[in-house]
Amino acid sequence: MKPFGEKPRIAVHKFSSCDGCQLAFLNLGGDLITLSQRVQLTHFLEAGLDAPDTPVDIAFVEGSLSTPDEVERIRKVRDNSRYLVSIGACATAGGLQALRNLDNKHDEWRDAIYAQPEFISTLEHAHPIASEVRVDYELWGCPINSRQLLACINSLLFGVPPFDNSEKLCLECKRQQKVCVMVTEDKPCLGPVTRTGCGALCPSFGRDCYGCYGPSENTNTASLSRRFAGIGLLPDAIARRFLLINSASPAFNEAGLAVRAAGEEKDGQ
Amino acid sequence: MREAVDTPGFLPMERFQQLLDLLSQSGYRCVAPQVKDSALLFETIEHINALPRGIEQTQAPGHYRLQQTDSPRHFSWANGPQALKPLTFAPRENLWYSEVTADGGLRFREAPTETEPLAVIGVRSCDLAALKLQEQHFQGGQVDPYFLARRQRLFLVAISCTHPADTCFCAATGDGPEVRNDFDISLYETDRGYFVSAGSINGEKIVQRLSLETGDPKAFSQARKEVADSAARQSRQLPGENLQHSLFTNLDHPRWQEVAERCLSCGNCTQVCPTCFCHSENDVPDVSGVKTGHERQWDSCFSPGHSYLHGITLRQETSQRYRQWLTHKFGSWHEQYGRSGCVGCGRCIAWCPVGIDPTEELAAICSPSTGKAD
Repeated sequence: MKPFGEKPRIAVHKFSSCDGCQLAFLNLGGDLITLSQRVQLTHFLEAGLDAPDTPVDIAFVEGSLSTPDEVERIRKVRDNSRYLVSIGACATAGGLQALRNLDNKHDEWRDAIYAQPEFISTLEHAHPIASEVRVDYELWGCPINSRQLLACINSLLFGVPPFDNSEKLCLECKRQQKVCVMVTEDKPCLGPVTRTGCGALCPSFGRDCYGCYGPSENTNTASLSRRFAGIGLLPDAIARRFLLINSASPAFNEAGLAVRAAGEEKDGQ
Repeated sequence: MREAVDTPGFLPMERFQQLLDLLSQSGYRCVAPQVKDSALLFETIEHINALPRGIEQTQAPGHYRLQQTDSPRHFSWANGPQALKPLTFAPRENLWYSEVTADGGLRFREAPTETEPLAVIGVRSCDLAALKLQEQHFQGGQVDPYFLARRQRLFLVAISCTHPADTCFCAATGDGPEVRNDFDISLYETDRGYFVSAGSINGEKIVQRLSLETGDPKAFSQARKEVADSAARQSRQLPGENLQHSLFTNLDHPRWQEVAERCLSCGNCTQVCPTCFCHSENDVPDVSGVKTGHERQWDSCFSPGHSYLHGITLRQETSQRYRQWLTHKFGSWHEQYGRSGCVGCGRCIAWCPVGIDPTEELAAICSPSTGKAD
């Protein structure tokens, strides 16, 4: 990797999203001041910086591509950035918006929700950033956290590729000595197929993981689905576990649709 | 037939607090199993009221439940998800720090080791056997100072098991259920109290100061019989003592593929295993960009990094990862440490989210009747 200049420039762009991932910057608190001594933030609307077209070393992109003008805008961002890093479930997998991809009822939903749908211009499907432009690195999560962000920035500043940690959440859960909620309480935890990074947040509070960090490497969703059925979940409930925040990520999409199809076949009999 | 032994002194239930008090006066923080988040976990304890009095448990593949009973006993259960491992081999710790100095050089600092004296109450014989294996690994050749410091601060109050779980098979591995050595204090529990004996000089110092009654030989023999009976109740077996040959002559057995269809490769079995020692190390720079900590954390043969070499993960398939775990634990461990790496605690069975039971897999792979795959 070629080294950066004296004070690398960073932009934070927003597409279709809730703005939550950008908070990973603001939540750094005092560390954001320290970081700003090492880098120059040029564009970051949530922090009051408005210069979207300034060329930068690293562009962080939040949100999915959900409207025709976003498709145009992401190309400009790509052209103006040396590295492009997608942050969060929307940018990396289409996010919650991609739920509309599942039923192909874009127009019906739009007309039912908006009083004057003629003013709404959206794409039929919501897409991840990588569907349109080259993405150099991805930070998964809904939302991502400051720890992930800092590790990514540090690596890039040190001139090494950021470590892509795709191991399962279970390993982190056990390192923290949390008790498995599936084994003790039959809760349908997605930890065994979900990418690490959140710090085992939900299991720390006795909750089952709902997969907001997306699929891990080497997922065995079929086995986990059978286990969920074994603890009493009906096919539709199992499908909904997978088809939620990261419904458009290939591993969860296939898993959810497979369970749904099997359930419908059974109902039809 | 059991060997004749002297009857140890007896500490009535109502005086059990004395043990905690004496340990605490001697400078130890005490930890004991307590009910937390639907399981038994080692937590700091000051009063015996916090012990799991009357708690019993049901363990099965992928299943762990506690039940409250009227029993006056504190140790009527087999184990929780933790062994001694997290106390000696930390799930995550800094090994050293480095920092860029004003003249552009690098300065390294050692991370401080853990030295707080810690008394662990209610250690099982399987966990003592596992500790011994961890000692072989971390202290056998190159001594790991972090492990050593954590190990040396421990005072072990062990207890013989009377209530094995359905998942237990320590009798098959020869590691339990009776506590025989490697402890500071050993206990046998009855409805009325504890038979107490010392196994070390430090243990003797504490035992001498306890207000013990003279032990009744008949009651002691009954207590030991309960332990022996609990061994007889264990139903899980291993297909042999040393499976190295049968495992390594069955590397292409179809069962590896079958188990991979169920296995999540989540690594839970290796994380609750009291002898697994795999770890990874990585650097965690802080926001300043001039300071970094070098961290060590538990890892697993089920993670992609375990077989990562020069840009390629060698064991991509779950069948390969499962085979690695079993062939090492029950096979090549013999070569490495002179025995199998399994102490029969059964945690890998209960804490597997999909309930895979290695004793079943081993029986299928190693049993002569199934033989090799053609």
